[in-house]
Amino acid sequence: MDTVADKQKREDSLNGVGCSRKRKEDARFIQGKGNYTDDIKMPGMLFADMVRSPYAHARIISINTEKALALPGVHAVLTAADLKPLNLHWMPTLAGDVQAVLADEKVHFQYQEVALVVADDRYIAADAIDLVEVEYEELPVLVDPHKAMTAEAPILREDLVGKMEGAHSTRKHDNHIFNWQAGEKDATDRVFDAAEVTVSQDMVYHRVHPCPLETCGCVASMDKINGKLTVYLTSQAPHVVRTVVSMLSGLPESSVRIVSPDIGGGFGNKVGIYPGYVASIVASIVLGVPVKWVEDRMENISTTAFARDYHMRGELAADSNGIIKALRVNVLADHGAFDSCADPSKFPAGFMHICTGSYDIPVAHLNVDGVYTNKAPGGVSYRCSFRVTEAVYVIERTMDVLAQKLGIDKAEIRRRNFVKKEQFPYTTCLGFELDSGDYHTALEKVLDAVDYKGLRREQEEKRANGELMGIGLVTFTEVVGAGPSKSCDILGVGMFDSAEIRVHPTGSVMARMGTITQGQGHQTTYAQIIASELGITSDEIAIEEGDTDTSPYGLGTYGSRSTPVGGAATAVAARKIKAKAKKIAAHLLEVSEDDLEWEVDRFKVKGVPGQEKTMKDIAWAAYNNVPEGMEPGLEAVDYYDPPNFTFPFGAYLCVVDIDKDTGVTDIRRFYALDDCGTRINPMIIDGQIHGGLTEGYAVAMGQEMPYDEEGNLLGNTLMDYFLPTFVETPKWETDYTVTPSPHHPIGAKGVAESPHVGSIPTFTSAMVDAFAHLDVTHMDMPHNAYRVWKQIKALGLLDN
Amino acid sequence: MAKQAVSFTLNGKTVDVLVEPRELLIHTLRENLNQTGAHIGCETSHCGVCTVDIDGESVKSCTLLTVQTAGSDVKSVEGMATADGLHVIQQAFVDEHGLQCGFCTPGMLMRAYRFLQENPDPNDEEIRWGMSGNLCRCTGYQNIINAVRTAAKNLQQA
Amino acid sequence: MIPSCFEYHKATSIADAIAKLQDNEDAKLLAGGHSLLPMMKLRFSEAPYLVDINGIEGLKGISIDGDTITIGAMTTESELIRSDILQQYCPLLVEAAKLVADPQVRNKGTIGGDVAHGDPGNDHPAVMLALDAQLVIHGPDGERMIPANGFFLGTYWTALEEYEILVAIKVPALTSGTGHGYHKLKRKTGDYAVAGSAVVVEMNGDVVRDIRIGLTNVAPMAIRAEAAEDLIRGKRVDDVLLKAVEKAIVAACDPAVDLRGDEEYKSHMAAIMARRSIIQAIENAKE
Repeated sequence: MDTVADKQKREDSLNGVGCSRKRKEDARFIQGKGNYTDDIKMPGMLFADMVRSPYAHARIISINTEKALALPGVHAVLTAADLKPLNLHWMPTLAGDVQAVLADEKVHFQYQEVALVVADDRYIAADAIDLVEVEYEELPVLVDPHKAMTAEAPILREDLVGKMEGAHSTRKHDNHIFNWQAGEKDATDRVFDAAEVTVSQDMVYHRVHPCPLETCGCVASMDKINGKLTVYLTSQAPHVVRTVVSMLSGLPESSVRIVSPDIGGGFGNKVGIYPGYVASIVASIVLGVPVKWVEDRMENISTTAFARDYHMRGELAADSNGIIKALRVNVLADHGAFDSCADPSKFPAGFMHICTGSYDIPVAHLNVDGVYTNKAPGGVSYRCSFRVTEAVYVIERTMDVLAQKLGIDKAEIRRRNFVKKEQFPYTTCLGFELDSGDYHTALEKVLDAVDYKGLRREQEEKRANGELMGIGLVTFTEVVGAGPSKSCDILGVGMFDSAEIRVHPTGSVMARMGTITQGQGHQTTYAQIIASELGITSDEIAIEEGDTDTSPYGLGTYGSRSTPVGGAATAVAARKIKAKAKKIAAHLLEVSEDDLEWEVDRFKVKGVPGQEKTMKDIAWAAYNNVPEGMEPGLEAVDYYDPPNFTFPFGAYLCVVDIDKDTGVTDIRRFYALDDCGTRINPMIIDGQIHGGLTEGYAVAMGQEMPYDEEGNLLGNTLMDYFLPTFVETPKWETDYTVTPSPHHPIGAKGVAESPHVGSIPTFTSAMVDAFAHLDVTHMDMPHNAYRVWKQIKALGLLDN
Repeated sequence: MAKQAVSFTLNGKTVDVLVEPRELLIHTLRENLNQTGAHIGCETSHCGVCTVDIDGESVKSCTLLTVQTAGSDVKSVEGMATADGLHVIQQAFVDEHGLQCGFCTPGMLMRAYRFLQENPDPNDEEIRWGMSGNLCRCTGYQNIINAVRTAAKNLQQA
Repeated sequence: MIPSCFEYHKATSIADAIAKLQDNEDAKLLAGGHSLLPMMKLRFSEAPYLVDINGIEGLKGISIDGDTITIGAMTTESELIRSDILQQYCPLLVEAAKLVADPQVRNKGTIGGDVAHGDPGNDHPAVMLALDAQLVIHGPDGERMIPANGFFLGTYWTALEEYEILVAIKVPALTSGTGHGYHKLKRKTGDYAVAGSAVVVEMNGDVVRDIRIGLTNVAPMAIRAEAAEDLIRGKRVDDVLLKAVEKAIVAACDPAVDLRGDEEYKSHMAAIMARRSIIQAIENAKE
């Protein structure tokens, strides 16, 4: 029967794009059969543990490994001296710097890797690291980035002394890494000089850590018989790791296999290539047996991939109506002891130039200086695209400051400055082409949903009673989906991504991608894309990722790039298959391709009921009855180089009540509207948003990595480092609008990072709003009770 | 240090292991008995990914010596599903999208398994308190709360 | 995070445990283990010999005899929370136990371990002070009973002598006209208190006949806020008096500075927690 109902039934049975189908990956996780790196066991496998520096800056006088080597069960203790002959004591970073694999003569941060102990098991290894004797001579420590380029600052990187041409610019000081600018400085300055109104706000985006529940680790296994190195590794970018390992080791890429098994959360922590990986690989090559290395939680927080540490000044020039005339942003970026940021090569400050936000700003200038300090290296993107969280924070905070100065409501000032729907595609003055957006609709929907005017009235009453209530509002625009290879590469490899789809004779599908899931549900959502493109139920579509021996080369999963880039590759590869299928269908139905139309899961001859071939029919024919001259089989590969980034956006509102006695903040309400374009699986989207909001809450309200003057990291266990539990985490309200990306094959933009990027300034906006009537314009994060109480006290609000 | 022989019941079967006194139960389960469902997250008893059920109570197995479990009845996530299929709680986690990366899930499930026996009909606030020894970085907890609530309902109907 | 090697002995009796402590230098008792094992895993603490007292009969359980409740030292936090006797006759212990750590940790953590560890961050010491508890201690020379007031001498330092074991805690059952309160400010579930306060009051109509205020984590050990108590005893409590009490509490505090806050914040939070507990205790006493 060819009825509407039948068509709908077939459509529904696909479990394709737009449906909230249950996840295909869940079965193994709920039964304890996930396969994470530390679950992997290999015959003869040894366990490695790291000797680390107790000092932030010290010269290594001597390392004595004798006692450790004498402990039964210890197989090796590697130091820089052992790696030197292999030229592996230093490794290149993704940011054009070098990083010590094992400390070479000097340590530059507390917990830096000094020696790798390899033993029968983790217990013996833990005992052995206590037996490695290292003599240090302490050196003056540089903690404050503002002092990094002063005359009296100690020089940290002796290996770079005299090398004043850095990877990205000339270096102004031995502790300077780079200067990077975007926009027009002089034109911007001129507008500021002549402006009716200007505001300037300093803000610290503090140092935090992505802290996935699974720490970083690997199992390196060198098969000397076959000359093949296999490394199971918690990597968000396994193909890039293979390229780097090949370049470092001299092994051909075909002899290196990197496998990212199940990953227990990444959030940017698992993009980088860490000394532990390299040292373990060397240990396996030297010893000829598999070597496992897994961080403990203190090592994870202390050494692998912090995020932010951006010291920013945001300035806006406007007219008296609040119409923005220019933006100026200055950043001092603390990169720690080595520049091991993971940004596209040409962007040492990531996409910080998205700092024009959702607003129609005529001219802007961005200036970023990166410096070294005696802290752990990193500067990764923690649940965000490259430095986009920082960019959104600076513009949204500065918008609030402008609104406050002019006495304009923070919703109204945004309305007045939004890029209008009809202006898209809109090229920002710092060079991005915003693909699509409808900012006014998103904002109004949120204001209506929460009764914004009512909230403001309530706040008036509360203020009159001396109570502290704040309303935060943010209207953010992200840039994700890196990226077009004309501008984006990592180590020279363009930031395309890939999909390889194979339709079997019986019509089921195996597809492999260059990305790698860490909880986002790729096995489900990619299958949904293919299902809708090919008319094959997603139940019968298997997705594999993460094994570089089998999956096509891709740049990995971070910066919300899986859907914008990997998802696009998937759709395009599916369309290549569909194009071939159409030819086969025409052959089978003995008509011209032009006579065919597609309906859900089949090609039909236009106007001839019953004359049709389903994709399953066509798949079978592809293996036994193809048109003459056509090669059999039904598969396709696509390497998708996106024409542009995608620009998800949203409007978030938060209501807080602050207890004046204690500084404790209650998040009374958080309303998050996201527009990620086409929605592939609403259930998964909601889950991603809940998670991102919770991570945003953690960053804004509690996470911090404070260092004392000696460079000791204070608080590197989960006792101190704030991961909110069920009890602290607010209840989230989510909403959406749909403004598809015009250039993405299915209009999808990516979603998982928006809630992190968008929520953090929303919390700050709400916190500051609670004190705005007392002329407070900004409060630095984290907004924990202690810091908030200090603010309350400074304002004289304590009941005394 | 001399190893000691320890016997306990794991998911209904008696197991015998030989361990150093200092060996932690999580390592025995994972390394010795190849039950890798329970994970290692923080090692300081904050995150709960190592949660198993011992003698009718939820316990963080990273902070328990294996020698202490001699004679105990230990249940781990591997013992939840039966030949008849998934446990109601496992199914509820799938249905409510109560997991993402899956790393916290085994501990979360084992805690929910015990919590719903302690409190078969919890409200959301009670779920938040009862599950507060288990961290999740992915879900923001909201769908886990939904899953526990759904499981409670389905368990009562079962 | 792996502990150093140690020997392990599962004690069969209190006498056996004491003997093992005597026979093995630097031996430590293993109760719930949720303070000791993390310290040993971080190698902040090393013990060559652990005496596990989990299996000893008679160290667990809650009973009431007349006006006195006896709690075995190895009674877990979860058992305190579930106890009908405590809910009826000493709800302060139930409320305090609910704020200790998290559900799993409460299943292992014991009241005796919490009291005897001498950690100023633990919750029960201040509760013991407020309840005017008596601590039953066994040692090589037999049994002795000492008041909680005076037991806490400093950080990880108590009146326990070498080879002694805390075996039970005796607290008075709540009588008519008494009330209690416990408030704890913490950064998140599972954290130690920024500051906490346990309060027990005995009322005579509107007048406070007697009051004991215990403070958590605002000094090297749990302390009584005696100057504040003196201000309240024999008085009707009002806002003016509470302000004076807060000042007295701030003055009594000597907290360690850490990420939870500086001295000023922690001391003020102790005052706020105490104020809330006092108000709660007086309300309770009316019921």
